[in-house]
Amino acid sequence: MDLKDLYRDVIVDHNRNPRNFGKLDPADAHADGHNPLCGDRLTMYVNLDGERVSDTKFEGAGCAISVASASLLTEAVKGKSRDEIKALFVDVHALLTQHDANVDLSRLGKLAALSGVREFPARVKCASLCWHTLNAALAHADEPVSTE
Amino acid sequence: MSAQFTPSPAADFDVHAIRRDFPILHQQVNGKPLVYLDNAASSQRPSAVIEAISSYYERDHANVHRGVHTLSQRATDAYEGAREVVRNFINAADTKEIVFVRGTTEAINLVAQSYARPKLRPGDEILISGLEHHANIVPWQLVCEQTGATLKVIPIDLNGEIDFAAFERMIGPRTKLLALAHVSNALGTIVPVEKFIARAKQQGVPVLLDGAQGVPHSSVDVRALDCDFYCFSAHKMCGPTGIGILYGRQQLLEAMPPWQGGGDMILTVSFEKTTYNQLPWKFEAGTPNISGAIGLAAAIRYLQSIGMDRIARYEHQLLEYAQSRLRDIPGIRMVGTAPRKAAVVSFTLDRIHPHDIGTILDTEGVAIRTGHHCAMPVMEFFKIPATARASMSFYNTFDEIDALVKALHRTHTLLG
Repeated sequence: MDLKDLYRDVIVDHNRNPRNFGKLDPADAHADGHNPLCGDRLTMYVNLDGERVSDTKFEGAGCAISVASASLLTEAVKGKSRDEIKALFVDVHALLTQHDANVDLSRLGKLAALSGVREFPARVKCASLCWHTLNAALAHADEPVSTE
Repeated sequence: MSAQFTPSPAADFDVHAIRRDFPILHQQVNGKPLVYLDNAASSQRPSAVIEAISSYYERDHANVHRGVHTLSQRATDAYEGAREVVRNFINAADTKEIVFVRGTTEAINLVAQSYARPKLRPGDEILISGLEHHANIVPWQLVCEQTGATLKVIPIDLNGEIDFAAFERMIGPRTKLLALAHVSNALGTIVPVEKFIARAKQQGVPVLLDGAQGVPHSSVDVRALDCDFYCFSAHKMCGPTGIGILYGRQQLLEAMPPWQGGGDMILTVSFEKTTYNQLPWKFEAGTPNISGAIGLAAAIRYLQSIGMDRIARYEHQLLEYAQSRLRDIPGIRMVGTAPRKAAVVSFTLDRIHPHDIGTILDTEGVAIRTGHHCAMPVMEFFKIPATARASMSFYNTFDEIDALVKALHRTHTLLG
């Protein structure tokens, strides 16, 4: 286990200076994510243009892995369709959990920096929290608009 | 080495000899010598405990309180002998007051359900403090839901001490029980329980102490404390997991109904009427954790062979050394600064999340706990999601604290 695999420069940079950090207001949908084990909390906001995510932001507090992962996520999904995001999450999840993952790293771009997480099983949830939260936000966006 | 404090371990405390008693300590983790500083979560076991358990299984095991055969007699003698060892260890008046349970959590639940539940009425109050572990919160919330009683929380201050003046204002005729940590697991605060107990007694309020962190690190005398219930776990004091003790004043235990029904807790059973066994077996339904009790007794004998007072003195030296060394870490904030503390240092580092600290320390072989320590209200009070906590035991060394400090400097370099 090499720490430099986990805390790569990209991760450290995105933790220190998270991109797309803050509230999206108004937002078409948002969801809260919470990892009670670590106390990580974040909120993902999305705006949709038809099937595509036109904008996304996040806010919250957590460890370096969870903050950097959320920051990288916002950069990666902007402009992508729901189906493209779904496929991306499948790849990211494989990257985080499987040693023999057959993932085309070129498709992942900067998200590939998260590959060191799989050497640290206790930290996989930190990296995936934002993705589950984004899924929840997109699922909310499916629901009919509430008048409340 | 720190300029402020030079360690001068007692000449008669041979920590290296003690470490030889603990096989698990002699290993490499991630290519570095293991530095085990997570003792408040669970301590390690000396060979004497491991051997007592395996020798019981190799030679003496049978069910207790049942057979006329030799092995059953041996198992019963060892199990009941362990009860006497525990009684002596905490200076209880009688072995009838020593109930074997799964651990501190079960002991508190037993008191909540068997002592408090039948007594509580709507409007009654149970007092706990803002320092408590979830195990000394949730059982009371449950019994309050069941009875309509109210749970009141004595506030803590920024040092991590319970506000005694607030307690004096809160205790009153509605108070039916006071349940306090003897030592805080998250912060290490040693609660001056004596004065809380004295005040509660004036009001006629019984007192339960959660001693999970108290028993392992100092000598405890339940009669001198004058508490009514004292709960602790073996695994935090060099004993096995899955066994712990409920001490209860005999008069209170006698009046309590059984908690669980089954074998061993009865004298006679018929479909019309069952009569319950005597104390303490009334509270020990089913085949108990025999090997656990035997392991606990071995752990107590081991601790006594070193001496609880010597353990307390040495651990206090470790604490002072750790506190003085940690001050040098850039961006450190100590959480829990009570003047009387067990050997626990809880802290945060500026801009670095405790989980990152824990991961980086682990790669240096240093095991600490990070998170909320099952004390989420304590974290909320200090407005932090989590802390990093190093908790020391008498088998830790000053060199290990240096290793912790070095690993924290590395953490700061990497992420600070």
